[in-house]
Amino acid sequence: MKYSGLVGEMLDRANAQLGDVIEVRRGNEVHVGILMPHHDFSSESIVTLKLPNGYNMGIRLDEKSKVKVESRREPKERKKQVLPHDPAKKDIAVISTGGTIASYVDYRTGAVHPAISAEELVFSVPELLDLANVRAKVLYSILSENMKVTHWQGLARAVAEELNSGAVGVIVPHGTDTMGFTSAALAFMLRNLTGPVICVGAQRSSDRPSSDAIMNLLAATRLCVDSDLGEVVVLMHGESSDSYTLAHRGTKVRKMHASRRDAFRSINSEPIAKIEGPQIEFISEHTGRSKGPVELKDKIDGRASMLHFYPGFEADHFDLIANHVKGVVIAGTGLGHVSEEILGSVTRAVDKGVHVYVTTQCLYGAVNLNVYSTGRDMVTAGAIPLGDMLPETAYVKLMWAMGQTDDPEEVRKLMLTNIAGEFTTRRFV
Amino acid sequence: MDYRSLGLKVGIEIHQQLSTGKLFCDCPCDFSDDHHKEIVRRLRPTQSELGEIDRAALEESERKMHFRYQTVPFSCLVEADEEPPHDANKRAIEASLEMSSLMGMKAVDEVHFMRKIVIDGSNTGGFQRTALISTGGSIMVGDRKIGISTLCLEEDAARKIVERGSEVTYRLDRLGIPLIEIATDPDMATPEEAKYVAERIGALLRATKKVRRGIGTIREDLNISVSGGARVEIKGAQELRLIPVYVEEEAKRQIALLDVKRILRERGAKSSSLDIKDISPLFRVTKCKVLKGALEEKGRILAIRLRKFAGTLGPSENGVNRLGPELASHARVAGVKGLFHSDELPGYGVTMTEVEDTQSALEAEPEDAFVMVADAVEKAMAALARIVDRANAAIEGVPEETRDPLPDGHTVYSRPLPGKDRMYPETDVKPILVNEAVLESIKLNLPELPEEKVSRFVKEFGISKEQADSLVKSGYEDEFELLAGGFGSAQVVARIYLNTFPELEKAGVNPSSLSLDVMKDILTNLKAGAFAKEAIPDILTSVLQNGHSVERATETLGVEKVDLDSVRAVCDRLVREKEKFIRDRGEESLGPIMGLVMKELRGKVDGKVISEILRERIKQLLT
Repeated sequence: MKYSGLVGEMLDRANAQLGDVIEVRRGNEVHVGILMPHHDFSSESIVTLKLPNGYNMGIRLDEKSKVKVESRREPKERKKQVLPHDPAKKDIAVISTGGTIASYVDYRTGAVHPAISAEELVFSVPELLDLANVRAKVLYSILSENMKVTHWQGLARAVAEELNSGAVGVIVPHGTDTMGFTSAALAFMLRNLTGPVICVGAQRSSDRPSSDAIMNLLAATRLCVDSDLGEVVVLMHGESSDSYTLAHRGTKVRKMHASRRDAFRSINSEPIAKIEGPQIEFISEHTGRSKGPVELKDKIDGRASMLHFYPGFEADHFDLIANHVKGVVIAGTGLGHVSEEILGSVTRAVDKGVHVYVTTQCLYGAVNLNVYSTGRDMVTAGAIPLGDMLPETAYVKLMWAMGQTDDPEEVRKLMLTNIAGEFTTRRFV
Repeated sequence: MDYRSLGLKVGIEIHQQLSTGKLFCDCPCDFSDDHHKEIVRRLRPTQSELGEIDRAALEESERKMHFRYQTVPFSCLVEADEEPPHDANKRAIEASLEMSSLMGMKAVDEVHFMRKIVIDGSNTGGFQRTALISTGGSIMVGDRKIGISTLCLEEDAARKIVERGSEVTYRLDRLGIPLIEIATDPDMATPEEAKYVAERIGALLRATKKVRRGIGTIREDLNISVSGGARVEIKGAQELRLIPVYVEEEAKRQIALLDVKRILRERGAKSSSLDIKDISPLFRVTKCKVLKGALEEKGRILAIRLRKFAGTLGPSENGVNRLGPELASHARVAGVKGLFHSDELPGYGVTMTEVEDTQSALEAEPEDAFVMVADAVEKAMAALARIVDRANAAIEGVPEETRDPLPDGHTVYSRPLPGKDRMYPETDVKPILVNEAVLESIKLNLPELPEEKVSRFVKEFGISKEQADSLVKSGYEDEFELLAGGFGSAQVVARIYLNTFPELEKAGVNPSSLSLDVMKDILTNLKAGAFAKEAIPDILTSVLQNGHSVERATETLGVEKVDLDSVRAVCDRLVREKEKFIRDRGEESLGPIMGLVMKELRGKVDGKVISEILRERIKQLLT
């Protein structure tokens, strides 16, 4: 977003800041406009101005060009807003982590920035306040691809604190890319939930009139206020239309499309609930609210890796990684297979005490290592199949299980126990 | 009218669709009658610059619309707002740079696309992508230099199919078709000039050969004002021939409104307040069908007094509309069908006694006017509120507004002029560097200019300069070239486009929907002698009205060519029948007799052939 090279120098010399009205002269051409941020893909010699007619144009500067500031950017006045509290309404908590759903466009410069305050976030959807009292908090302002296991821990603690201090539910605005990982982590870390914990994202940013953020947030609020749900879920659009949203079990959900509103899908299970306007319809069995308090099991050991097997996967690569971690989740082909070469790596890893678990990269369906000799050899080598658990969920669960105990047998027991709905035994036709 | 002394100022904004493929995806620029999947969405006002949402605007949007989008077999996720835009279409950028070059404009060094917020649902994203391509050019029209202020490249909106209650249905086929938007300076000073400018720009656009053709592919917005008046935008005119009419009518309208202003000022008129009276009881036994009907439907008749407005609502002495239609169009926005005002009463079954009763109920003085609306109470009150606002604005003069063009050359109020567009950068689309190499190659490959085409047509096809010029202006120059080049008979082809087409249009059939294949069939059959060129207008009419093929139309109309013997027989018979007439008139009788023969042989025989035979027969009779 910053100018560099000649343009950067000229702007610095003129002491021009983004948002200032500047005058650019090149030969006998004169342009006056607001200095806009540099687009990452804009040419280095170009300065971008917003003209009085609202359009941006790129102007090439050369050594003889002149830049001067006409007037400074007027400081934006931000009204301090106070969230209202209505004793007749229930309290919900909104703990923001960042991502598209919580980002804002500075219409003057076009720069996208994350929500600065929780109030800012809530007042962008004032309808929320018609349904509940909102306790809002900005915990992180990060893109979801930058999430780490420590972020999951911090989030789990914040959620437990809110639920244990009277919130009837917690909404977690989150970037969509890794939202499924976070929901799985919360599902393992938080037990005995007194209300729903709802990860909500947006596939279209909220600066657009067509954003899906508002409908998703409103549906999440309704689920907090009007249902008996006591689970961690991901809530997003159910189809391309703005018709209904779906709440998916946190351990069974995956982002299955790069851009569509209905990108999130329940895999190997039905969604938990369908929310259409004020209507909440439970589609599959779910755990209700507990009497509390919420139990926090937030210990986690990040020394694990997830390896996607493919033809040509070299044993060296597997070994290299296995040497640096305590546990590996393999996303194998079909029923969960790897090549003979990798079979050797699996044997070596298990011998060194590395946990090796197997899932399927097909995502749909379950691992079964009994059918083919490769599978049987993998079991003999010490790899443990994880049924229809999603690879991402298995990876999160393995780190969490390793955080709970150092005993390999205990880890194995935890991994094979259905803790948060991560296994289903029946997959319907 | 002396437009120059009236200070008439006209600027045009032209929107032309390109045929280069869509602007931000790889879908074709075609329309489709089929549709399958539908998507239903809502659009919501976004935060203002201060990060706040206007609660009133929000409620408005909630109460209101949702949008149904029909996808067509070739719709993609970009059009459905389910995938980020692809890189901007290179051919569309080149077409805009080429057009800039033809008008001597200065291109920007780097093109940056913007998002312009539009929440009427016509765009799935809630904004239209648009970019400034060039500025500061001009074109010559006659000896007048007309400034071209900007050329932008933007995406067209989705096609509106139907609006029902709170749901608007759009089809996605038109969404994303590239549009070149050209805005002139307000340099035109007469209605005709506005048309010439539109013609010239249209011809230049077509010269690039990168534009879509046919109805709706080019649309004009007209900005019109007279001195003392105000800028009024007529949005979406599609017919070139109506442009001068729109301008003239708008000038007249503004002058009439300025006259109303003068009268009101002289009388010292002040803003009227919204003092609504229910006058239903006065009309219990009325003979007026409209009012009676409204009362039977459980509606009420509400009225207001407009102080000192008497005589300003009805038309002027020379028939120019004044405030009446303006008030009525505002009332219709509130959902009522119409209104009655004192300048048109008694009338429509309303008696003098009823008028006098109304006046006394409203305590109206002779200089006061009144307006009444009959409908459900809420609707009628909303209508009167708008009427009072509009009437009060008349004291200030001409309000700035957007008007919709009507097919008869008049316009009707649609909404206030939009505020400044809210635009912010479309960061999903890469900026496009316009370097010297690109511009140089465009300059070296500029298309044939319209005037060059005119000279070439004269030389190559032997038509007159006037014909060639009209062809290029008409927009049928490519069709002409193709057909005259392929079939010869350039004169016949030119006449079809320059004479037959306007005649068909006048008769109410729309020739622009004729396909090139039909024209080819016509010329093939003509060449093969299936009918005479005189039959062409009838055949085209039949093709257009009945959907017939050219062969079928020829058969049905019975215009197959007849042999010369039958022609001679008809001539002989008529000469015998009209012998006295011919003897009285001598050789001058040829014309009238010719008409009779043509009537019988309509379209079956070339007029030249008939005239030769007939002349010979008349001569024989006279000698």
